[in-house]
Parts: sequence; structure tokens; C-alpha cells
Amino acid sequence: MLATAIILFREVLEAALIIAIVLSATRGVVGRTRWVLIGVGAGLSGAAGVAALATTAASLLSGEGQALLNAGILLTAVGMLTWHNVWMSAHARELKAELNAVGADVQSGTKPLMALTLITAMAVMREGSEAVLFLWAIATGGAGSSAMGLGALVGVGAGVLAGVLLYRGLLRIPLRHFFTVTSWLILFLAAGLSAQAAGFLNQAGVVPALGHGLWNTSDWLDQNSLPGQLLHVLLGYVASPSGIQILFYLATLFIILLLMYRPRWRSM
Amino acid sequence: MMPKPTKRSAVLLILASLMAGTAAWADTTTTITLHDGKFDPAELTLPAKVRSRIVVRNQDSLPAEFESYSLSREVLVPPHGEVSFFVGPAEPGRYEYFNDFNHDMKGVVIFDTRAEGH
Repeated sequence: MLATAIILFREVLEAALIIAIVLSATRGVVGRTRWVLIGVGAGLSGAAGVAALATTAASLLSGEGQALLNAGILLTAVGMLTWHNVWMSAHARELKAELNAVGADVQSGTKPLMALTLITAMAVMREGSEAVLFLWAIATGGAGSSAMGLGALVGVGAGVLAGVLLYRGLLRIPLRHFFTVTSWLILFLAAGLSAQAAGFLNQAGVVPALGHGLWNTSDWLDQNSLPGQLLHVLLGYVASPSGIQILFYLATLFIILLLMYRPRWRSM
Repeated sequence: MMPKPTKRSAVLLILASLMAGTAAWADTTTTITLHDGKFDPAELTLPAKVRSRIVVRNQDSLPAEFESYSLSREVLVPPHGEVSFFVGPAEPGRYEYFNDFNHDMKGVVIFDTRAEGH
């Protein structure tokens, strides 16, 4: 039961933390909860679809398809996070002013909301397809499946709780620093997802590894530990990265910062 | 006179090296079979200087996720299914992997300069 709980917790954690960050980052935007829920729904459907595809049409996801699909999902999320941050770099001041003045929600169009839905859907779909496949095996596994089912529930619950805690914690940040903090969080989140995408692209043989495991900080911080997992999601911490991952990470940081701080791009 | 020949040749060089890195005909394929909750063989030696293809074949009825932090690999292997992916070239040494759905199941890929490449 405990093993199942831990597996499900790890799958849910990443999606939950990502949703917590984007939900905080869109604080004050009208209708964001509904758009996030649409994203969760779409992500779950997508996850079920991928899981079904992985078991029935093994050929499609047995070769490079699986890695390319993951890379595609991750890079879409990176694109949406970039768009969000660039948009926020232009609109954070208005949002902050209105939140300060009336403490109410702000109407600011559907642009960031579409990004929000897509990011949520991608996060849920990527982690969810693994969780769905695992749960499906439990459900058809017979013996001991009720204990495992309970473990799964505990794991999912704990993952969601971690997301809620992060969200609550972020909302405590004073408003004058709030959007600065969330945009830096999103910056590192995007860079980390981009590095993950690089791993998948290399797995599929599309880009060279440029060296596996260029360094190893496992002794200092195990990526498999809870702090390691949290830093993996939040900052893209990888104990033993490939060269191509470092390249993607730094390039994403650089590109997003460039877009955020170049005023003529802000009308996007 | 050609416009900006250095930039063009730099682009060509990058393209050529990318293509060299993805040259499918050069890859050797090695199979790891997953049965009775174990990776078989649990220890695999691959040439360090070239890219290799690994096939993971799952004969068990539980799904597995072949994962390696040091190789940055993360591959879902459905029950009674198989997947393939690339690793290397890599610095000679031991690169551990495990089943993310069951951390008791683990193995190691050893990259060796003396191993046969083709």
C-alpha cells in the first residue's frame, strides 16, 4: 500500500505544484478557476487516451513516439509559460494596482487564461498517463488490489495537498513582491521543463546527449528524496544532467528573460 | 561574393553534427527483458564512444518505468509490451537505472571504451 501511495504521490506532485504556481501567478484574473478545471479535465482525458494508446497500440508509443510525445507536451507547456511571463511583465503593474485598490478580481481578457488551461492540461496529461497506466494495472491485478487502491487514494490526496500548501504559501507573499516572485518561479519552472524535454528528445535520438551525467550531486541532494523532488519541479534540479539538458535549461532562461525585459516585445 | 559565408558554414556544421548524432544505421541494439520483477540482464556493457539503442521488453503483467537519473532516461514500458530508446555516447563508467514503479528493481549500464561498437 505504501509503495503505491508513494508512486502516485510522485506522479501527482509535479502536476499539483505546477498548477499551484500558475494559479497563484494569475491571481486576480477573473474566471481562472474555471479555466484551470477545464485544463484538468482535458488533461485527464488526454492521460487516459495516452494510457490506452500505450497498451493497445504498443507500436505507436514503443519506439521514439513516446519520447517525442513527452517532449511535445513539455515544450508546449514551456511555450505557454513563456507567453504568460511575457504577458505578465506588461500587465503585472495594472493587476497589482487594481488588487490593491479594491481587493477584487480584475478583468483582463482571455489571453493568459488560454495559456493557463493549456499548461494545466499538459501537466496533468504528462504525469496522469503514467498514473492511469499504473492504476489500470492495479485494478486488473486481482489480489491485494483494495489495499493498493487505498494507497493510490492516499498518494493522490497527498500530492494534491502539497499543491494546496504551496498555493496557500504563495498567497501569503506581500502583494508588492507577489508577481515578481511568481514570475521568477515560472521562469525556473519553464527552464526545468525544457531540460526534461531535452532528455526526451535525446532519448528519441533527435538531439545529441553532449555527455551523460556531466556531474553528480546525488550525495549532496538525492533527486529521489522529497526535497530533491520539490527542487526538481520548482527549479528543474537534476542531480546528474546531460549536456543537452544544461543547454536547454540555460537557453530557456536566457530567452524568457530577454522577452520579459525587452519592452518592444511586450505588446504580444 | 557569398553573403556571410562564416554564418552559413556554421549552420551547415551544426546540421551535419546533428545528423551525425542521429545516424540510425550506426546503432547497435541490445535488449533488456523484464520478467518476474527483474531486469535481465541487470548489468549491461555498451560501447562508450557511440550511440546505442536499448529495447526494454516487459514480460510481466505490471507496467514499468525504466528510469535513470544519470542517463536522464524515463521510459514507460506497458505490461507485455516493449519500448526502444537511445543512450550514449557517454563517459566510461557505471550508470544506474531502476523501475520507477518499483524501486527494488534496478540495474546498471556500463559504458566501456573497449566494448565492441558495431
